[in-house]
Amino acid sequence: MEEKEVLTPQEEKEIIIKTENLGISFRGLKAVQNLNLEIRKNQLYGLIGPNGAGKTTAFNIITGVYKPTTGKYYLCGEDVTGLSQQEICKKGIARTFQNIRLYNNMSVIQNVMVGMANNPMYHCNLAQTLFRTPRFFKTERAMRQAGKELLQVFGLYELRNEQASNLPYGKQRKLEIARALATNPKLLLLDEPAAGMNEEETRELMNTIRFVRDKFDITVLLIEHDMKLVSGICDEVTVLNFGQVLTQGPTKEALANKEVIKAYLGGDDEDGNN
Amino acid sequence: MDTSNPNESYFTAIRRRFKLKNYLVYIFFIVFLLIASPLSIAGALKTSTQILFEQIGYTIIGVISLSLVVGFLGELSLGHAAFMSIGAFIGMYFQKTCLSSLHDVSPLLSLIISMIVGGLVAGVCGIIIGLPALRLKGDYLAIVTLAFGEIVKILFQQIPIFGGAIGFNNRGYKYDSTYLFIIIFIVALLSIVLVKNLIKSKHGRAIKSIRDNEIAAKAMGVNVTYYKLLVFVISAVLAGVAGVLYGASKNQIDATTFNYNYSINNMLVMVVIGGMGNIHGSIVSAIVVTFLNVKLQVIFEGDKAAIKNIIYAVILIVIVVYNNAPSLRSFREKYNLRKLFTFLKKKIKRMIFKNIDEKKEKEKEEEDIKEFSGDWSKIPTKIEMDEIVSTGLDVGSPHDEQEGGK
Repeated sequence: MEEKEVLTPQEEKEIIIKTENLGISFRGLKAVQNLNLEIRKNQLYGLIGPNGAGKTTAFNIITGVYKPTTGKYYLCGEDVTGLSQQEICKKGIARTFQNIRLYNNMSVIQNVMVGMANNPMYHCNLAQTLFRTPRFFKTERAMRQAGKELLQVFGLYELRNEQASNLPYGKQRKLEIARALATNPKLLLLDEPAAGMNEEETRELMNTIRFVRDKFDITVLLIEHDMKLVSGICDEVTVLNFGQVLTQGPTKEALANKEVIKAYLGGDDEDGNN
Repeated sequence: MDTSNPNESYFTAIRRRFKLKNYLVYIFFIVFLLIASPLSIAGALKTSTQILFEQIGYTIIGVISLSLVVGFLGELSLGHAAFMSIGAFIGMYFQKTCLSSLHDVSPLLSLIISMIVGGLVAGVCGIIIGLPALRLKGDYLAIVTLAFGEIVKILFQQIPIFGGAIGFNNRGYKYDSTYLFIIIFIVALLSIVLVKNLIKSKHGRAIKSIRDNEIAAKAMGVNVTYYKLLVFVISAVLAGVAGVLYGASKNQIDATTFNYNYSINNMLVMVVIGGMGNIHGSIVSAIVVTFLNVKLQVIFEGDKAAIKNIIYAVILIVIVVYNNAPSLRSFREKYNLRKLFTFLKKKIKRMIFKNIDEKKEKEKEEEDIKEFSGDWSKIPTKIEMDEIVSTGLDVGSPHDEQEGGK
């Protein structure tokens, strides 16, 4: 393990999410233990590990699906442990799913507009909605406009009136990212964004992720199996195995770690070269 | 990219976005009222026609109330007739006991107050049953609502002040059928406005997102519990109002009318035929099915009643097969009502305006946010078991690892 560096107050402020000894156990099965993450602003952070390492569980804890049995985590210095999914989404953590979960029977632009509903800018209560006050039309128009702009960024503008389930696979992935961004997050969690993509699509996705990070000024935490993508874009990674942290640090060093190679390729011998 | 001008005034924006299509159902109701009410007041309508109109009217309210829950929220409720029953009994009982002096002065005002009371009581029952029941999913919710319907039926049969097993005697408080269907249709119009306004808004989108993918809806910050309860309560209130109107059209209210057969035959079937998540379809199917039911009953009396049931069943089967069979997909895409309507619309427009600005038309169409109906496969099971198992459970289940592991 690396030693802890002392951070200046300026850097301390820059930390978007920090987890302290985060852990969860399901009736004795320790799915995640002692997870300590520190992700700075605008970082592209990777969470990798073999199958069953507890990566998605870690995501589910951070987004509030599960309540951690041990530890706490902070978003921009604020303790958000144990909040509901809705509150955490409002605080600024958005996610995508490993198996795409779009609203299949709604149009592309409606998918994006669902994400915007919690933004105080588009506040419009039930009475205003039912009686169609001018505020309703104003917010609705603003939301549609913002949705169109967001879709244009992802090249989905022309498809905005298509049914979401009719989009090709790669576009559905993009739409999921767009929908997550519609909630105006500080931290974006991507769960295996490159799953099922060919090399060309993966390269395009890498560009998209970098572009999204710069354009929307957010921090990205991603789970990925594709090592090309991880080494291509991640600044730092954390490697999990059986719920425990194997190693943390800059991508190249972490991936060259003997333990990591052993965890991925198996084998008892200490021979580290593939 | 957007054709709208940020500086244009509020009213110009509304006029530009105005589409006749969205208001067609209101126009239909208003035209119907304008034609039918003078005829009825002048005495040109037969009593049987008036009763048919009454029946169609309260069925429409009941069907759109169920359509909210089944078609838009995606939860299956089999006990919606119970809310109608609560509305009918409580509303009419209230009118008979508390409003008898008001009823002599103004029957209309008395009916309106009893509608509010009946609707509110049904809404409270909606909260009471909805809070625990909406935690369940798919078939389990259907079972609970089914049981709720039967409990309400038996309760009303047992309580003496509601007439016990004989039923509640409403004589003297039955509304004059010359006017009643007009009132019912006005209430139906109002509830359609309410439901359509709810659905075509950000709240409506949140509701539909729960139907399409509850897990994703939660992750996107939709308050699932709130919206589920909201829809259930609005739906219960509407069903309660429909019940009061039902009560006002009868001399005798019998609790056994509102058994689960009523929930299915007079509500769920129409929602399914009309298309899940399609308000207009629900209204049309409510009208057509009620009309068929009543007319076939008149034609085939006595021994021939079985023929009526057969014809009714065949019509239902044909509609369901036409809408749902995978092998008929290409046929369906070639010949459907929507295509017919667009064809007719274009023809009529060509006839009226000789030269139309094609480009402008297209732009206007693009502005529209398209609505898609829900899936038929949602009935009767909404969520596959693996989705229930894989997420959304409390701490204490290792199932999530299946997802993380692949």
